[in-house]
Amino acid sequence: MATIVIHRKKLETITPTRRRVLGIIELVVAALTVVLFMLHVQPGQVSTFVMTPGGITQGIAANWIVPVFGTMLALTILSALLGIYQLVRGFGRQTNLVLGVVAFFFIFSFLLWASAGKSLNLAGMLSASVLLAVPIVLGAFSGVLCERAGVVNIAIEGMMLMAAMIGALVGSVTKSMWVGLLAAIASSLLLALIHAVLSIKYKINQIISGTVINIFSTGLTSFLSAKFLQTYQYLNNPPVFPRVPIPLLADIPVIGPLLFNTNIFVYLMYIILVIVQVALFRTRWGLRMRSVGEHPKAADTLGINVFRTRYMAVLLGGLVAGIGGAFFTLGSVGRFDEGMTAGKGFIGLAAMIFGNWTPIGSFLAGLLFGFSDAIATRLTLLGTGIPIQFMAMAPYITTMVVLAGLVGRSMAPAADGEPYNKE
Amino acid sequence: MAPVLELKGITKRFPGVLANDHINLTLNEGEILALLGENGAGKSTLMNILYGLYQPDEGEIYVRGKKTTIVSPTDAIRSGIGMVHQHFMLIPVFTVTENVMLGAEELRAAGFLDRKKAADRIRDISQRYKLEVDPDAYVRDLPVGVQQRVEIIKLLYRQAEILIFDEPTAVLTPQEADELFAIMRELIRQGKSIIFITHKLREVLEVADHILVIRRGAVVGETVPQGADKNSLAAMMVGRPVRLEVEKRVAHVQNKVLEVRDLVVADAQKQITVDEVSFDVHAGEILGVAGVQGNGQTELVEAVTGLRMPNSGTIRLLGQDITRATPRQVTELGSAHIPEDRQRDGLVLSFPVADNTVLCTYYKPPYAKGVTMQWKKVYEDAEKLIQDFDIRTPSAKTNVGALSGGNQQKVIVAREFSRPIKLLVASQPTRGLDVGSIEYIHKRIVEKRDEGCAVLLVSPELDEIMELSDRIAVMYRGKIVTIVPADQATKAYIGLLMAGVSPEQAGAPQVGERVVESTL
Amino acid sequence: MLDELNNPPAVHHASGWRRTGRVLLVPALAVFTGLVIGAIFIIITSEEVYAGFGQSFGAGLAAVWDTIIKAYGAMFAGALGDPVRIVEAIRGGNALEIRRAINPILESLVNATPYIFAGLAVALGFRSGLFNIGVEGQLFVGAAAATYVGFAIKGLPAVIHMPLAFLAGAVGGGLWGFIPGWLKAKTGGHEVINTIMMNWISFRLTEWLLTGPMTRPGSGGMPISPVIEKSAEIPQFFPSPIRLHLGFFIALAFAYLVHWLLFKTTWGFNLRTVGANPYAARYAGINITSNIIIAMTLSGALAGLAGATQILAVNRSMAIGLSAGAGFDSIALALLGNSTPIGVVFASLLFGALRNGATRMELLQIPNDIVSIIQALILAFVAAPAIIRTIYRIRVPKEAEEAVFVGGSWGGGK
Repeated sequence: MATIVIHRKKLETITPTRRRVLGIIELVVAALTVVLFMLHVQPGQVSTFVMTPGGITQGIAANWIVPVFGTMLALTILSALLGIYQLVRGFGRQTNLVLGVVAFFFIFSFLLWASAGKSLNLAGMLSASVLLAVPIVLGAFSGVLCERAGVVNIAIEGMMLMAAMIGALVGSVTKSMWVGLLAAIASSLLLALIHAVLSIKYKINQIISGTVINIFSTGLTSFLSAKFLQTYQYLNNPPVFPRVPIPLLADIPVIGPLLFNTNIFVYLMYIILVIVQVALFRTRWGLRMRSVGEHPKAADTLGINVFRTRYMAVLLGGLVAGIGGAFFTLGSVGRFDEGMTAGKGFIGLAAMIFGNWTPIGSFLAGLLFGFSDAIATRLTLLGTGIPIQFMAMAPYITTMVVLAGLVGRSMAPAADGEPYNKE
Repeated sequence: MAPVLELKGITKRFPGVLANDHINLTLNEGEILALLGENGAGKSTLMNILYGLYQPDEGEIYVRGKKTTIVSPTDAIRSGIGMVHQHFMLIPVFTVTENVMLGAEELRAAGFLDRKKAADRIRDISQRYKLEVDPDAYVRDLPVGVQQRVEIIKLLYRQAEILIFDEPTAVLTPQEADELFAIMRELIRQGKSIIFITHKLREVLEVADHILVIRRGAVVGETVPQGADKNSLAAMMVGRPVRLEVEKRVAHVQNKVLEVRDLVVADAQKQITVDEVSFDVHAGEILGVAGVQGNGQTELVEAVTGLRMPNSGTIRLLGQDITRATPRQVTELGSAHIPEDRQRDGLVLSFPVADNTVLCTYYKPPYAKGVTMQWKKVYEDAEKLIQDFDIRTPSAKTNVGALSGGNQQKVIVAREFSRPIKLLVASQPTRGLDVGSIEYIHKRIVEKRDEGCAVLLVSPELDEIMELSDRIAVMYRGKIVTIVPADQATKAYIGLLMAGVSPEQAGAPQVGERVVESTL
Repeated sequence: MLDELNNPPAVHHASGWRRTGRVLLVPALAVFTGLVIGAIFIIITSEEVYAGFGQSFGAGLAAVWDTIIKAYGAMFAGALGDPVRIVEAIRGGNALEIRRAINPILESLVNATPYIFAGLAVALGFRSGLFNIGVEGQLFVGAAAATYVGFAIKGLPAVIHMPLAFLAGAVGGGLWGFIPGWLKAKTGGHEVINTIMMNWISFRLTEWLLTGPMTRPGSGGMPISPVIEKSAEIPQFFPSPIRLHLGFFIALAFAYLVHWLLFKTTWGFNLRTVGANPYAARYAGINITSNIIIAMTLSGALAGLAGATQILAVNRSMAIGLSAGAGFDSIALALLGNSTPIGVVFASLLFGALRNGATRMELLQIPNDIVSIIQALILAFVAAPAIIRTIYRIRVPKEAEEAVFVGGSWGGGK
């Protein structure tokens, strides 16, 4: 018996609009490189990139000296060629990758321009990026875990804020960063449980449920902070996780200091990345969880417990968000300030969307956003005159552009945000 | 030997409804039992009980003579019961393998999936039962008929012995349906047992070994195909002799109302689904468009009513070009539309009945003065329509969502028929309705025709088309294969055309051979 | 006018006190429960209570009771005024003292004003099938626009300048609503994500504006704008300390306007039909694209007005800590008021009173953030009436809870 396939005429296979728009964008980027950067540097100038972060003794690398004009010219020509090819023929499946490459060239040209004739600690900036990315990436993982099971989570911000405060408070009282971390995770789990009960059991709109948690968390942390943490300073002085170099690996130049001589939170981020990525796409657990996020009724008819799966996903999301929140107080600053997450949870949400609801994608998007954050903080130092607020907007604008379908169609789980009604 | 499955006294009550009333059912090994009944007779409730989605209030289930309680799909699967749902339970972004093994995964160590082993098992099954499918294909890329095969494989993969098919032919072409029947026979040959739920008499007589008729939640008859004919089955199903033909005078065809020329329309996926279609509809006649669902009828109707922009071709209504007109412009020219999905397109379920009766006219006098709504007038007229069209509703303020399907359809008919119209586009106007409502809607449509309205009727139910139409157009893969006068069309001939056989091969229709059936 | 407000379209809602009672039961119990749980938070963070229990169990209980009475007593007095003091002040005849005594209740109205605008913004969105979670950002942009017109344009008469600045607020907020509306209508990008992103863009934008182009000369880089011109001010009615201003009545007028628009006009029919069932709206010949854009723009404009009135009538200059989350609280307002303008007005009066009352609680070492906690709880209970029904074992018929809701799925795929 032959398989019947309904053949239909297709009007077009890929949208030429997108191809052309992206091609034009890439050409514009090349032109901007010329106008903004190349015209403002003198031939013969060099940039000195320091390749060892400050305060590091292992894995020291020599400075990297780059001729500004020549490099920029090469990068611009490459960008323009890529743009022309994109405009005329298109790169097919590699389209987004090419766009990323062009964006990278642009950023690198920008750094060259900003540091022309000066010296810039590139390695320090990259290692700062990684640290800045930690809460973003963990927030994004939290989102991935929830939303892959079909529960929208805009409460990441609230969960992280609560975890940051509880981590600081308990860490200070017990004088133990580990107990602080556990308490932070527990508090975030509690909020996740509330989100789960409201949105899974009571089936209220998940965005409202998330808003409840965000308002509640902002209120409670500010309340406790004003009442206790600001009044009694010893309640807001937790120990901070130190830098832990990994033997041997930490001695590799450039990579060593960047990846293997850093905070425990960074290592946790790598571990969670691998676990979630593998578990989601290669295990029974992941297959079932994704089925619940795509078509809960189908999963139910195959004997998969939709409610239990969703509870588990939201709680795991809360756990990861809790680690991300604890990073603020126990991993970097060592004290809690009101509203200190400052929208990092929402950037995490943005990274999740930009990363197409996959752990690896979220991770890369989070690093990118962390990098833009790091650049923003250096801008003032380099005296470029660009307001840092504009760099800080980049993640949000990127997300809106992605959602508009310009950089490929984002693929949210089909049943994301829909409460499941068992008949 | 004990029967494979026995249901004894199954009773299920919903608030205000007795969905299943002490139903007894026996399924023997290697037979196909057809469960025949109207929409809303309680067939699906019964099967959902059997599959563990509902719990019965009374009654017992025996599987191979052993009393079994089924409180979840897991229990059903464990007892060897599997179900092919009317709406497929497949995840489009998963591969066939992933869909099939979900819930019964092949594993390597530590919870890791063994996709290869599962794919091999699927290949075995598809060879053994002649169900051709590619395990690595994504479900979203498969045509409907193949998706159904994946559903069947899902059951066989779980070693189901009792297979329930819930209205499986609704989405299939006659050719695909015949293939499905062949598969079903192959399955029972290899020892499986099947319950086949349907409301189509032809299918029952063709494929079943045993027939159980259900009406209003109770078993009203049991028979075998050899001892039954369509008339007796229809009467059993409805509870009274069914008039198989609508009373209809000869059409008085007048001027041309709708003119469609070389129309090309693409669907949301940018695939051409209406391919160079041309036809006319005249005042005082019903042009029926026959064809299996998904052959372009939906897009054709959307283009004619202004809901979808055609790619090329022209549409003229009363001489005016409406090819690129908006829905409102088309409506204002005197076109009425009964949409195929009334709850989605035709009604705002959370609005009161009255608001729904002015959905197409709310912005003009007498219902609006400038921009202010004249609610008093809206309600006055709504009360009148409720009387005239016999809409059973507590009041005009009641939300439409609270009404029964038949009454919802009456609200649409009341709204569309209460204004002066020249063209009626009716798309599956009786889908999912009970026989009483079907008869009522059919009567109204014929009345409109007799008043001199042009009617474009689209339905995948061939019997409905045969019954009402004056001329019949057959649509297949986006093209209108042919248009024949209804009195020259036989069901067999139209059926062949619907399945893609060319008019030449199908043979010329024989005058006088026409057999009309009810829309059951 | 208020009469009209009290009678939402008779044809839409069955009248009768019993039904009204049923409709109000859940919100009332939600507020009550929120206050009770808020009290628990106050007690478990109160040092007096712990000290009391340290002495004896009885003393502890007494301290608990004392703390609650004091806290909510202060909130009540802060929100509505102390009756004893009012009577004494009137008897005393000192004008300043009278003003001080009756100020709390009037100050609650001042607090309610931005809430009314913001709540209307969310309610209008809900009715049109859109979840505008970007009210906070729209409010900021509206405030910034109003501030700019308020201080940068000089020499206009007040009759022109004040409405102009007010209008600028609507335009600013409207623009911030238009963008996600346009994106939703044209590309399908979900408005929830886009408005969240727009929120943060607006925070950064105003931060930059207030430290850069709009900074107050001599502020030394502090994020604060110059004071607006006298001619741009929305007038306050009484001398200090009473700050009740015309903006409150403008807000009420806008509530009526939104009610009229939604329920009495064909425009409102368009918006509500698109919101309730876009497919049916398309079938009925309603232009979905333009109605989505209109709804988001109007919603944003209302949110912008919330910021504008606050600046023009109360703050008179813009600083970074403008709204304390009013934009997010407004979701609770819309739900509490079942997305009807009259409901939003009453919910806003309640929240305004809570906010205002909380300032008095600060004197008792209870940070006013307690109000955010209470508001979050109220939002949860209003959104999930089943919790309330479970707690109080009441049966509320479904019809009393016909909430206006929007689907939550996103990603722009649909």
